Amino acid sequence: MTIEFETPKPVENARFLLQTVADNMMRPVSREMDENEHEIPYGYVEFMHTAMKAMGGGSAGSLAPAEEKKSADPNKPKRPSVAYQVLANQLEMLSWGDVGMYLITPGGGLGAAAVQAAGNAEQREKFLARFNGEKPTFAAMCMTEAGAGSDTSAIRTRAVLDEATREWVITGEKIFVTAGDKSFNEHPEFGKGFIVVWASIDPTAGRAGMRSFVVEAGTPGVKVTKLEHKMGIRVSDTASITLDAVRVPFENILGSPTVEKSTTGFKGAMATFDATRPLVAATGIGVARAAFEEVKKMLAEQGVEIRYGLPRQKLSSIERDVIDMEIMLKSAWLLVLKAVWMADNKQPNALESSMSKVKSGDIVTKITQKAVEIMGPLGYSREYLLEKWFRDAKITDIYEGTGQINRLVVARQVLGYSGSELR
Amino acid sequence: MYGFTPTDEQKMLIDTVVRYAKNDLRAAGHDAEEGKALPQKLVSKGWEVGVLQASIPEAYGGFGERSAVTGVLAAEELAFGDLAGALAVMVPSLFVTPVLLMGSEEQKGQWIPPVIEGDWTPYTAALVEKSFDFDPSALKTTAVKEGDSYILNGAKTYVPYADSAKAMVVYASLDGVTKAFIVEAGSGAVVSERIKLMGLNALPLFDVKFEGVKVPASNLLEGDFAPALAAMRVANAALAVGVAKASLEYARDYAKEREVFGVKVAQKQAIAFMMAEMAMEIESMRLLTWEAAWKLDTGAQDAAIEAYLAATGAADMVMMVTDRGVQILGGHGYIRDHPVEKFMREGRGFASFTGLAIV
Repeated sequence: MTIEFETPKPVENARFLLQTVADNMMRPVSREMDENEHEIPYGYVEFMHTAMKAMGGGSAGSLAPAEEKKSADPNKPKRPSVAYQVLANQLEMLSWGDVGMYLITPGGGLGAAAVQAAGNAEQREKFLARFNGEKPTFAAMCMTEAGAGSDTSAIRTRAVLDEATREWVITGEKIFVTAGDKSFNEHPEFGKGFIVVWASIDPTAGRAGMRSFVVEAGTPGVKVTKLEHKMGIRVSDTASITLDAVRVPFENILGSPTVEKSTTGFKGAMATFDATRPLVAATGIGVARAAFEEVKKMLAEQGVEIRYGLPRQKLSSIERDVIDMEIMLKSAWLLVLKAVWMADNKQPNALESSMSKVKSGDIVTKITQKAVEIMGPLGYSREYLLEKWFRDAKITDIYEGTGQINRLVVARQVLGYSGSELR
Repeated sequence: MYGFTPTDEQKMLIDTVVRYAKNDLRAAGHDAEEGKALPQKLVSKGWEVGVLQASIPEAYGGFGERSAVTGVLAAEELAFGDLAGALAVMVPSLFVTPVLLMGSEEQKGQWIPPVIEGDWTPYTAALVEKSFDFDPSALKTTAVKEGDSYILNGAKTYVPYADSAKAMVVYASLDGVTKAFIVEAGSGAVVSERIKLMGLNALPLFDVKFEGVKVPASNLLEGDFAPALAAMRVANAALAVGVAKASLEYARDYAKEREVFGVKVAQKQAIAFMMAEMAMEIESMRLLTWEAAWKLDTGAQDAAIEAYLAATGAADMVMMVTDRGVQILGGHGYIRDHPVEKFMREGRGFASFTGLAIV
């Protein structure tokens, strides 16, 4: 073991490849997609689907690093996995291209991640195979409700087992479902997807009664009622979905169908977040880097050079700002790298994972705000992408646990407090 | 590959440093600050831990190899104990490391072994000058070649142990470029009375004037100053991380004890969130410092810039964290019985401490 920062070869390769995608498939349509909310960039989606299939189905969207290959020679020392490190780098690079478009990368997104994390082998086989099919395919996670955001124990959606038919009957209303439309509604260009719905099988059990269910696209009783109009990431569809006595097969439940007096099921969901938070943080870093690099480039074109190494007293205000932006960007990225490195090395990373998410949410909003400010009328103009990144950035501090929820997680870890000690 | 775990060898060294920092430096820190002196035994004991000796090759009397990464790991822990004590223990490095980085073979052989092989002896360096916009790359102290000598003119400040140092590295502008010169005691440099700062009261610091001080031409260290400056910056960044960690841990322990409205102070989100942010900023600057140090060790092209970013970021971070450390203790934080006010006074200094340490 050692302290080192050499970019691993697989990371370098992944970055090189996706830089091309970002340059050629994302940036050229970034503005157009933002101006025409919910329009689908089929070129990008098709390309990513084909490319990911060619790479052996390692899908950037599925948030599920491939299992480690068994070494042919058992005496050969096993190298630790770098799968999460590669993934974080992929997401950073795609988000540098366009974070909204990254969010509509086919491959299953958080829906597939839920199946991967909480499903059994049979379920994984049944539900995840489709992402390597002919057409790009989507899946979505339905957790948030109008009255239940970060406090998921307040979820009102109910799942009742119909003993006669051995089906779950689910009723409730979900909001903020990323890729809900592409996952559930029929699109001739896309394969048949699914949504993963969080519901209670026993409201008296609180969090212990919370389960997730795979609901196949087109299932009767499910309706996409609304696509949100958002501040940023406009190319990504954010759906409201109602479920009215929706019947799904018994075996579509992820996790145990019985309620024990423990919160292991819920903790499973929360453990998923330990894995995904640094990845969401990585997307924020991508946006921040895009804005930072653009500002430096635009300033350089105006003959403004950043004189590194001078004391603050000798720097211009712009130089100070740019240097502070770079410090934020680099240090936040290192938190992400450490969190995913820990995940790859099977070390518990709840603290690092939440820390990276807090920091990324903080710095991407600050950096993009500064970027718009520094570039003045140009920064605010839709002629450039800076104002778009400012709008795209803010979501980083909100989804996958707001900055405040993640501060709570960090604070509990720092203080050694349980959830009941620090509420 | 990325890696975030010290080597076994580093761990062994750091374990010893941690024990010394906790049991000796921290225990002595308060009285040293109030009494404006560090016990010599304390400093000598820190020297015997051997952090500097382990970074010097055998050829020059040490038993290892220079590693900025090891240096920053040790510096953080030392400063966690007590900043003034940490700086005192590290003072000989101010002399040895520049010679190692910028000196010729002959100079290394001549100047390093006497420092490394002996007990802790004050060999020091003079970099800082008295101007608000002090810039290590545009010094006002000058060196001019005159025959077989250089003539030094100018005024330095924040020079540790200048009154007792056997020799010091003096940084001066030679044709507009910062260069290092070895100046031995008795060369005519004028050392002031001890100077007084907002913090670091335990560390003897002095102004030093050079009025036509003549040094042999062979005392010029020919090497490039940039790597030495970068090594000073990562050292400062690491020390800042150590002070910040000390402040957070003290405030954390206090807040978990202190009752308010029927709960512990730490159970209030207003306080808990402050500490979450402190922990996050400390960790992110620690990692930036590690990366900068690693870049120095591997000779990366952007090592100097990264070191500058780490030092700048860490200076801001330590001010933020130590300010909150005081705030969390409320009125008690302002009382000198608790160390957090001392940490805060030290925290403000990091923007001006370049040149007080090097790894």
